[in-house]
Amino acid sequence: MNEVAIEVEAPKLARLLDATYRPTAEQAAALVRRRYARERALKLAGLTGLAIGVLALGLLLASIVPGVKAFVRHAIVLDIEFDAAVIDASGTRDPREMAKADYQELIYRALYRLFPEATGREARRELRSLVSVGAGDRLRDMVLADPSIVGSTQRVAVIAASNIDQVLKGSIDRTVPEESRVVKDRTLAVIDRLAEQGRITREWNKSFFLTGDSRHPELAGLYGALIGSAYLMLVTFLFSVPMGIAAAVYLEEFAPKNRVTDLIEININNLAAVPSIVFGLLGLAIFLNTFGLPRSSPIAGGLTLGLMTLPTVVVATRAALRSIPPSIREAALGIGASRVQAVLHHVLPLAMPGILTGTIIGMAQALGETAPLLMIGMNAFIVDVPRSPWDAAAALPVQIYIWADSPERQFAELTAGAIIVLLGFLIVMNGLAIYLRRRLERTW
Amino acid sequence: MVTTTVPTATATVSSSAPVSVKMSARNVNLWYGTKQALFDVNMDVMKHRVTALIGPSGCGKTTFLRCLNRMNDTIGSCRVEGDIRLDGLNIYDPSIDVVQVRARVGMVFQKPNPFPKSIYENVAYGPRIHGLARSKADLDDIVEASLRGAGLWEEVADRLDQPGTSLSGGQQQRLCIARAIAVSPEVILMDEPCSALDPIATAHIEELIDELRKTFTIVIVTHNMQQAARVSQYTAFFHLGKLIEFGPTEEIFTRPLEQMTQDYITGRFG
Repeated sequence: MNEVAIEVEAPKLARLLDATYRPTAEQAAALVRRRYARERALKLAGLTGLAIGVLALGLLLASIVPGVKAFVRHAIVLDIEFDAAVIDASGTRDPREMAKADYQELIYRALYRLFPEATGREARRELRSLVSVGAGDRLRDMVLADPSIVGSTQRVAVIAASNIDQVLKGSIDRTVPEESRVVKDRTLAVIDRLAEQGRITREWNKSFFLTGDSRHPELAGLYGALIGSAYLMLVTFLFSVPMGIAAAVYLEEFAPKNRVTDLIEININNLAAVPSIVFGLLGLAIFLNTFGLPRSSPIAGGLTLGLMTLPTVVVATRAALRSIPPSIREAALGIGASRVQAVLHHVLPLAMPGILTGTIIGMAQALGETAPLLMIGMNAFIVDVPRSPWDAAAALPVQIYIWADSPERQFAELTAGAIIVLLGFLIVMNGLAIYLRRRLERTW
Repeated sequence: MVTTTVPTATATVSSSAPVSVKMSARNVNLWYGTKQALFDVNMDVMKHRVTALIGPSGCGKTTFLRCLNRMNDTIGSCRVEGDIRLDGLNIYDPSIDVVQVRARVGMVFQKPNPFPKSIYENVAYGPRIHGLARSKADLDDIVEASLRGAGLWEEVADRLDQPGTSLSGGQQQRLCIARAIAVSPEVILMDEPCSALDPIATAHIEELIDELRKTFTIVIVTHNMQQAARVSQYTAFFHLGKLIEFGPTEEIFTRPLEQMTQDYITGRFG
């Protein structure tokens, strides 16, 4: 029968071998030129895209670099007289008594001594505005740590007020006309005198990393949001990862391929594209209103983010499982492993690097997610550091949003600082994903 | 109509030992979805003999091989009818546990597919999940015996902890054979085990097959006529899902009953 087939094909074969159909040398050269031109254009388009991307990244980094200013703050060195009459009026040295004393007053007195010419109400008010309202806390801590200093005079660097800090960092422009400037000329003169006397120091902004939020930017910290985000990630991870992997393993390895599973598959893929604010509304309706979980709590937020991350985990896990060659499954089945054994002993461990990578990227996405948390009420002003996932808490991206929205000058700096911290976390998480993928990846 | 010659004790085989039936297939029909891939296959697999399944591509020989340990179960659209018996026990009976069937009827695949684990773990996995080893030392013995049985021990004894995937193709295939025999199966199915190997590795495996048949019963799918003639005592010729002819290898290759068999083994089509 083959011979018959060849006879039928013969005329067409002649067409293929017919040299008159070949392009001439010029035509061929034109073809080559056009091909080269197209290749050059494609390369150029790619390079342009890359250049724009690199530029955008550079701009982003450049714009958040000023945020490192948030990591340091200015303090004013004053000679504080630890007046026993103010600190310990009863003379019992009772720590509880001493904790309640008006240390702020001690700072003000030191300032008045330093500037005896400022006698009017207005002038003294301006002096008081040099230091932070929380500056006295440091004196209290000193006294409680070492009660013997009561009655003595000590040199203490106290936290400067936010506006003063901004002047010293150059964020408040001195050349602006006085009437439209927050810090008036007289205060600027005082700052300059303090600087001349060497009484202005810079210090590591510990409270930025160690305290919760505050209305006063020089006292506001990220710690509450960090812990809140940590709890959020914990809840999200515990909720979405085991469930997502289990769902993906079932769908990929065990579920019959029929309309129902097709429908589920389409829905899961679509779920990954649902806007996050919608998940927020879902969380509000289900976790807060139906289940009555505490508002603003990481448990409610984490479950909401978990719902959002779930499809990402499912999709990543399924892709990872699908990339494992069927020969591995067959090998296991062929020596009498059950399907569950084949999956648990061979397929899943091999798919782990892919699953982990997808999961970590999903978690990183959840870490940066803001919109759903607004719906859960996590944009509330929360000063306390949460003790458990059931306590009201802030989260990193929400804290950034709150600070960006605050009018005080220094919050702009804190916003950038918090962005640096958040990006740092994201880079660490993505780095971990890359490391795990490299580390666990195997070849077969 | 298909004529199926089922040889009995009268068949002339290159071994003088008495021949008994290990597996039997009766009226096996198989469908992938609506497409029928096997038509009324009837044949017997003899104990301690090598049975070769030959035929052109797409003729159903691999499909039939995979029926013998129910590997086709893993394909959702696949439906099998008929009767396949292992020592008289219908392996498609609903009361039969498929995992037990596969422990008794092992399989070696076309492409060597060691697990991406150590050589030791590759062989030890089967005995471990089937609870065959009483102790670590016992498991060590099983691994050594299996690797010796597959003729691989001398080459890998000093590097059992290295990944199985680091071996050469031929070694990997022998590792897969070791892995299969480690669970002490009764029948070993081999699906073109030499198609991915060079001639030297192929010769090695062929010798091994002849050695293994003393302990096991072997069914091998091959595209290589010479290989079928060299290693098998029985040969089944498949064409378009039908078993055209089945008999002792000598007879199939020297005086086949069917013209189609004659044409195929002399290379006139396929």
